[in-house]
Amino acid sequence: MSAAAEAHHHGPPPIHYSSRIAPPVLGMFLFIASEIMLFGSFFTVYFFDRVAGHGVNGHWPPPGLHRPVFVAFINTLILVTSSGTMHWATTSVKRGNRAGLQAGMALTFLLGLTFLITQIVEYHRIGFNTSDTSFAATFFGLTGLHGAHVFVGLTILLVMTIRAFRGHFSPEHHHGIELGGIYWHFVDIMWIVVFVTVYLL
Amino acid sequence: MKSPFRSEKDAFRFVWLVIGYCVLIVVAYKIDHWLGLAVFLVLTGLALWLGLRGRGERPIRQAPAPSPPDEHRILVVANETVGGPELLAEIRERAGGRTTRLFVVSPALNTPLKTWTSDEDEAREVAQRRLDASLTSMRAVGFDASGEIGDGDPVQAIEDALRTFRPDELIVSTHPPGRSQWLERGVIERARERFALPLTHVVVDLDADRS
Repeated sequence: MSAAAEAHHHGPPPIHYSSRIAPPVLGMFLFIASEIMLFGSFFTVYFFDRVAGHGVNGHWPPPGLHRPVFVAFINTLILVTSSGTMHWATTSVKRGNRAGLQAGMALTFLLGLTFLITQIVEYHRIGFNTSDTSFAATFFGLTGLHGAHVFVGLTILLVMTIRAFRGHFSPEHHHGIELGGIYWHFVDIMWIVVFVTVYLL
Repeated sequence: MKSPFRSEKDAFRFVWLVIGYCVLIVVAYKIDHWLGLAVFLVLTGLALWLGLRGRGERPIRQAPAPSPPDEHRILVVANETVGGPELLAEIRERAGGRTTRLFVVSPALNTPLKTWTSDEDEAREVAQRRLDASLTSMRAVGFDASGEIGDGDPVQAIEDALRTFRPDELIVSTHPPGRSQWLERGVIERARERFALPLTHVVVDLDADRS
């Protein structure tokens, strides 16, 4: 529409024809982009604190603060295993193996719950709090942000597990399992990055 | 760039790639901090290069072609009322003896709870059955009819359909006032506000039709 015609146009705007991208693909791209920005901001704070703060003196984390590396490593193994069981569940539903789907979903949920409970227990025993140092604040910020994602993932897994036991899924129809699985793997990947960054490096 | 989260299988594979990526960085870091940084930069650069290599795969633009001068196109949106005689009569009247092409959108109607829990398989199956039945009845009276299952929100379903089908007008079919959730939600008003197309609202009273 020309500028003159647009100026005299009354009523609703003309229909907008855009390129057609499959909604699930577009949605997943937007979701990943927003998550990268969210976690990226936390990682930026963490690395800035490390480089501009205590890290320059060679003390990281600050003296007196100890990261529970062993427990976090066990938690990492738990979460990676849960990704395996999630994949097993998805493979099972595609093959029409209902028992495999149910066992896979139940195991994934229980492993995820174990991860979250372990993290909460570790928070109580860790010996420092958010207000102690900037390291402590960013530590709780990053791991807590991830913990919130685990909680959301567990909610999704719980719904999918209940639906799996109620016989909702079939080899042809298992969209919920597929999307839940993608989200759970994403949560797993983010934990691996958080674990390496916060606990190992 | 191909998304590593396109499917559960791809995402699971990506988990293992990330583990391998992180293990190499940590091992290098433990040997020497600068070596760790170098491995991080090299691996990240490699991953970006591999990921961006497929950038030529652009989404195909599918702006629909305008209708030929001798063809009239109607976009029909209807729920359970899709097979009603009032709707068919209205389509016949709007067609007015011209060569008419119909595109029927059958929204996958679902409850909010089921939508939030991704439990939409049944809703889509029901919508597909409705769509098949309506296409059959429209073709039986001589119309060139095609269609698709649409979003549960009829206004969104119209917007989605407009990306592949360029109609000359819209027909929205609903239950009578008092029994229509679409009318309760102001679907007709919202559609009139959003789309610059002539819109005809057809009321189909299925109870009266059956009796």
